[in-house]
Amino acid sequence: MSASLSRRAAYERTRKRRSIAVATVSSLTVVAAIVLFVPRMPRWDRVKESFFSGERFADSFPRLLEAFVLDIKIFAWSMPAIVILALLVAIARNSRSAALFPVRVLTIAYTDIMRGVPVILSIYLIGFGVPGLGLERPWNSPLLWGSVALVLTYASYVAEVFRAGIESIHESQRAAARSLGLSNWQTMRFVVLPQAIRRVVPPLMNDMVSLQKDVALVSLIGPIEILRQAGIDKAKFANFTPFVGAALIFLAITIPLTRLTDWLLTRERDRTGASKVR
Amino acid sequence: MNAKLTLNSVAKSFGDNQVLRNISLTINTGEVVSFIGASGSGKTTLLRCINLLETVDNGSILLDGTDITAVGLDANPIRRRIGIVFQSFNLFPHLSIRRNVTLALTEVLGKSADDANETAINLLARFGLSDKIDSYPDRLSGGQQQRVAIARALALNPEVLLLDEITSALDPELVGEVLDVVRELKGSGITLLLATHEMGFAREISDRVCFLADGVVAEMGLPEQIFSHPTDPRTQQFLQRVIAAGRLRG
Repeated sequence: MSASLSRRAAYERTRKRRSIAVATVSSLTVVAAIVLFVPRMPRWDRVKESFFSGERFADSFPRLLEAFVLDIKIFAWSMPAIVILALLVAIARNSRSAALFPVRVLTIAYTDIMRGVPVILSIYLIGFGVPGLGLERPWNSPLLWGSVALVLTYASYVAEVFRAGIESIHESQRAAARSLGLSNWQTMRFVVLPQAIRRVVPPLMNDMVSLQKDVALVSLIGPIEILRQAGIDKAKFANFTPFVGAALIFLAITIPLTRLTDWLLTRERDRTGASKVR
Repeated sequence: MNAKLTLNSVAKSFGDNQVLRNISLTINTGEVVSFIGASGSGKTTLLRCINLLETVDNGSILLDGTDITAVGLDANPIRRRIGIVFQSFNLFPHLSIRRNVTLALTEVLGKSADDANETAINLLARFGLSDKIDSYPDRLSGGQQQRVAIARALALNPEVLLLDEITSALDPELVGEVLDVVRELKGSGITLLLATHEMGFAREISDRVCFLADGVVAEMGLPEQIFSHPTDPRTQQFLQRVIAAGRLRG
């Protein structure tokens, strides 16, 4: 047989070409509509000046980047704390020992409360409340307690993700491990957790993308991170462009993270699931 | 012969469903006993009770004369002496074949990695799986996976091995290789308990065959007696259906 395509492959290729063409035309139409119509709105010139000023952008962008380092720092120390706390909570909730009953009740109360309160409220309550107890420096830093509030909130979500992962491991895996004489804890450590964690990495990444954005909420109780810095620049020049700059900086991080998450999800599905239905 | 396992009036229910009503029997050291019976007759539950994966509601199970169903007893040291192989293999998919076999050796018996590795190499070679040692379970055929599962259970050097319908999830052409492994185990001194639907195999390999029905031992005896001259009407009926289905030569 020659190198020519099978009839099926040739058909698929034509179809694919056609769908690419349709997608391109429809996308171009939408973009053209926006480009053509938005500038015709009555106040476009004013909006353009106060949101998309090149001068203001160039001026504040370096300061924004500098302030963004603090966001990254908060993210960097909160994330491991969240993962560790969440794992402990998930394991405690999953324990079957009678002695751990009070711990189970406590973790249930914790996840219920922290998931039920808006992040911004817990940042206010913990970030202002705890330093208000009259703690000495550096223990009265709003940065510290704002981060703690983030950790407590996010760990309650992530704990549920871990718990779902743990419960998704079939009971027969536990049976196999226990039948070999492994203790409950050894079964969790060597058999259940490694499989569960692998399974929940994609949903976990989703929470990390959210965390990356919610870090900016810590600015509400004082620390000058990117959102706060943008606010200062906006006030100084009565121009909203710094917010657009801040948004772009966030997107530069969150979009690649989201794409990575999607890729991990697809890979996980391909690895475990059946082949795709047309 | 001395008794390896003694079951005294063992009973087990799941909710309203009384799976085991009253099971009493004795199994000698090194004996091969097959449990046959219709689906739901309690074969699997019985094996899981012996391995302490299920707790018995009533009655007792003695291993070498010691009651292993006594309340408050630590199950882990006993499970090391009683291995089980499952119908669905239950290998650990995130671990290599080597690690599947060595996990309990290093973590439960506290053996060194080298010792455990040597045991794994020897066992896997014995079952013709040397070339799979660094593969992961999903790369193996069902028959190969089940042989690994047997190796994993044997690694702890158990005195009793429970085989729970170990060929039921296999493609027909893979059944033979797993049964060959069981044939090889017979006579090695290990006590073998099989729950099985492979009537021909049960007849061939068993020292005694036990027919379970309605949660009790309906009939137990030499394979010849059970398969050729069953006395209990339930056994007769069951075997007739098996023969009609072409799973046993009459």
